[in-house]
Amino acid sequence: MNQIVNRARACIVGAYEHPTRHAPDKSVAQLHAEVACGALQDAGLNAADIDGYFCAGDAPGLGPLSMVDYLGLKPRYVESTDTGGSSYLIHVRHAAQAIEAGNCNVALVTLAGRPRSEGSSGTQARAYNLLAPEAPFESPFGLVPINSYAMAAQRHMHEFGTTAEQLAWIKVTASHHAQHNPNAMLRNLVTVQEVLASPLIADPLHRMECCVVSDGGGAVILARPEIARTLKRPLVRLIGGGESVGYINSARMEITSSAAKQSGAAAFEQAGVRPSDIRYASIYDSFTITVLIQLEDLGFCAKGQGGRFVADGKLISGQGRLAINTDGGGLCNNHPANRGGMTKIIEAVRQLRGEAHPAVQIKDCALALAQGTGGMLGSRHASATLIMERA
Amino acid sequence: MSSQEASRHIPAPLVNPEAQEFFSAALEKRLIYKHCDTCDTPHHPPRSMCPHCHSCQTQWKVSTGKGMVFSASMLRKGVPVPYCIAYVTLDEGVTMMSDLIGFGDVTPPVGTRVQVKFVTTDGGAQVPMFEPVQTL
Repeated sequence: MNQIVNRARACIVGAYEHPTRHAPDKSVAQLHAEVACGALQDAGLNAADIDGYFCAGDAPGLGPLSMVDYLGLKPRYVESTDTGGSSYLIHVRHAAQAIEAGNCNVALVTLAGRPRSEGSSGTQARAYNLLAPEAPFESPFGLVPINSYAMAAQRHMHEFGTTAEQLAWIKVTASHHAQHNPNAMLRNLVTVQEVLASPLIADPLHRMECCVVSDGGGAVILARPEIARTLKRPLVRLIGGGESVGYINSARMEITSSAAKQSGAAAFEQAGVRPSDIRYASIYDSFTITVLIQLEDLGFCAKGQGGRFVADGKLISGQGRLAINTDGGGLCNNHPANRGGMTKIIEAVRQLRGEAHPAVQIKDCALALAQGTGGMLGSRHASATLIMERA
Repeated sequence: MSSQEASRHIPAPLVNPEAQEFFSAALEKRLIYKHCDTCDTPHHPPRSMCPHCHSCQTQWKVSTGKGMVFSASMLRKGVPVPYCIAYVTLDEGVTMMSDLIGFGDVTPPVGTRVQVKFVTTDGGAQVPMFEPVQTL
């Protein structure tokens, strides 16, 4: 019933991933500018064409103000929703809505950061907003990204019998894809045994189950269909999206599931497709467990079956029905600004355009999903899902 | 508590007015939590408004301080002293984030029985952590 509406939806016309993984000699704003230019060049547009701008907490300055000034933009629509790593998927959804509402015609979304140069680590507490209501009840206990996700993993193993070997397959899969990506930070193939032999960081997660800390960034540009059709690039249309916030309910405890249940259901309903129709999915991979829980919640397999679903290389491109993270993902390729949502969108666009590396390109990829999680699965997080088609 | 655990610096909670009662009780070694009279459901962290039914009829209750591990994880690398974070489900049915102490170098499995032990933070405030249940 949404077919006519869907056909009018905004298109992703530009996408660019910064090739750097270490940029100690550049400013964060400079990286934002470089990815903006890269996406404009990819789209065949000029900065003067941009009338909508979206950024999140990685952009230096107050909301979008400093970046709009620095980039010399003239937006008539701005947004700086910040839900951590999932922000950019939400931006794409909101940009499409803004375009459909007539609030802008061409929307730029940028992400960039230098956590590697700045010595960031997933074992460090995030800069806490000390006025957050939960702060007095969490900060004394040393909640950091990895032990938050580790508690989700520990509980998933307890409830469903998920094994360390099954989780390790997610990293092995990423390494199979990353070997073909010349920009990937980690390009060596690894085995399940090697993953499990890497040091335990936070039980049950090993070092190799953690995403990389990398500098860099990425940008995407959306445009209304009439504009998109005048450009030279293959048309990629957003046909479904969803967003939701999940949290630990202290009376019921939800730690082995995520808000991807809600954001995924909304995206599939809007797109009018099912998980079994999807052949390529970018799945946020801050840690191995992140991937497993989102795959279940998106409906690619039943809750509790994620371990079997990811095992034995079934998600390596060419091996099974579904391939994930063919750029090597956050686990091997890139996790700029400690926020992996942008690169999830970009690899899905590459797949739909037929521009992924030939060794990992899905044949005739007509539908792709991008899934992001921001915040921490073990406390509170935001999930965002996008479904795109090759038009 | 092991000597390694004793050497760990625990950051002081930045207490706000809504949280003050919890930390005042902790100084007296009492573990309290919020319970809603309208929907008869507990919650944590404490709020004046119930997050389940949005009633403002919430009351402080005193916990026995006994419960079990819902999930836990020993953080081993990248920190000066390893520590084990956990969610502990109190016997009163509410789950709170805390740390486990006195379990040595292992992450206790889900379901392990624990009891509260108040620990002094860097600023002097007490926070509830959990240790193995002492058997008589």
